[in-house]
Amino acid sequence: MSNDSGNGKQGSGLKYVDEFRDRAKAQILVKEIGKLAADIPLAQQRPLQIMEVCGGHTHSIFRYGIEGMLPKSVELVHGPGCPVCVLPMGRVDDCVAIAERPDVIFTTFGDAMRVPGSRKSLSQAKADGADVRVVYSPMDALALACKNPEREVVFFGIGFETTMPSTALTVLQAERDGITNFWVFCNHITIVPTIKAILDSPDLALDGFLGPGHVSMVTGPAPYEFIARFYRRPMVISGFEPLDVLQSIWMVLRQIKEGRCEIENQYARIVPEAGNAAALKAVGQVYELREFFEWRGLGSIDHSGVKMREAYARFDAERRFAVPNVKITDPQSCQCGEVLKGAIKPWQCKVFGSACTPETPLGALMVSSEGACAAYYQYGGKRTGEAAAAEAETA
Amino acid sequence: MCLGIPGRIVTIDNADDMVATVDVCGIRRKINICCVVDDEHPVASCVGDWVLVHVGFAMSRIDAEEAAETLKILEELGEAQAELETMQASEALSEAAE
Repeated sequence: MSNDSGNGKQGSGLKYVDEFRDRAKAQILVKEIGKLAADIPLAQQRPLQIMEVCGGHTHSIFRYGIEGMLPKSVELVHGPGCPVCVLPMGRVDDCVAIAERPDVIFTTFGDAMRVPGSRKSLSQAKADGADVRVVYSPMDALALACKNPEREVVFFGIGFETTMPSTALTVLQAERDGITNFWVFCNHITIVPTIKAILDSPDLALDGFLGPGHVSMVTGPAPYEFIARFYRRPMVISGFEPLDVLQSIWMVLRQIKEGRCEIENQYARIVPEAGNAAALKAVGQVYELREFFEWRGLGSIDHSGVKMREAYARFDAERRFAVPNVKITDPQSCQCGEVLKGAIKPWQCKVFGSACTPETPLGALMVSSEGACAAYYQYGGKRTGEAAAAEAETA
Repeated sequence: MCLGIPGRIVTIDNADDMVATVDVCGIRRKINICCVVDDEHPVASCVGDWVLVHVGFAMSRIDAEEAAETLKILEELGEAQAELETMQASEALSEAAE
């Protein structure tokens, strides 16, 4: 299970990966980034702020110490692209309420087990006797439903467009197989309205974006066009290797220097122009946009989530189990929202590393390795450096 | 969840449901391949292909070099082992419920 592996790894995880493929190439890129930044007038007044939207990028950036390689005039802002981190407490409470029903087997990805609800996490619910099982794939949940016809098997569907097709295709499979005891609790979210909400936020000064790699693999680059066209910000869709990330940062800077605002695709080896047709078809068939969806730390964002279409109501856990769906305010001491928007750095949060740690997370950003706070805590940020590392070592 | 893991398609188990057995670092499990199948790549032609697997679904066809590099970075990120453990544990859970 996800929480079993955390402690043992922490010691070794504190060190950056010292050697990665083509270190010489990385050094050349870092040098070029420095040259470009020195040539951008704005960067002489204040650091340029580039947001990586995707949690996978956040993880990679910390693991390889990429922030530390960059000149002072280029800063990375860690965005909301970790689906576990933006899960609001109310939705966790709904999961627990469903999971505690004696007729239910509740299945979930391991990442979601430790996200705090207002009463308890799924992990605590399991300890208290609820039948909660970690599965690798929604197809495993469907297999459980086939094997346990007397139980109601619920799969907790979370994630952006990367995982959305997998639950949609599983529902279509359940329909073909005539399964009647399989349900999806759909909490899938979509990144574009959230980027828009961030761009509309008054306390934010972003100069460009690293676009998500595997969301874009499904959607293609087209949905981001508005960022360049209407908000006049450059975006480069990026791969996850350190060289990918460095090259993408360089491409964003080059756009800024040349006064261009475009959606460029550094990750073309995985991200096709049209996205993935089969995946998009399944998503469109099963899901439709919600009017709004609640995000931890960011509040309610219009059209930022999907729900199951009427035609698939018989697989919709939300209709079947009448979930409480109560809005729970984030803990007051917690500043996840400000961190998500880049208004403050994780280490500037009042409870970072004291009341809120990876072992006892208050806010969701501390739960997942893709969350900015857990990453800072584990690897130490550019500025927290030794202090956070020392603290984690003694923990 | 978001990074996926490379695997190689070994056999086609069910051409109608587009289910194949994929080898991921020596672990074999059933994967849905419908997102990498199209007119140019019919089901039967997929055996031997490297794919990027996300939560039980092949989402992208990749070349062998890309697969090796991706696996290396997943190992360095500490994600490869976690993913493989989840894969195996999940299978065990499904079978234990028999």
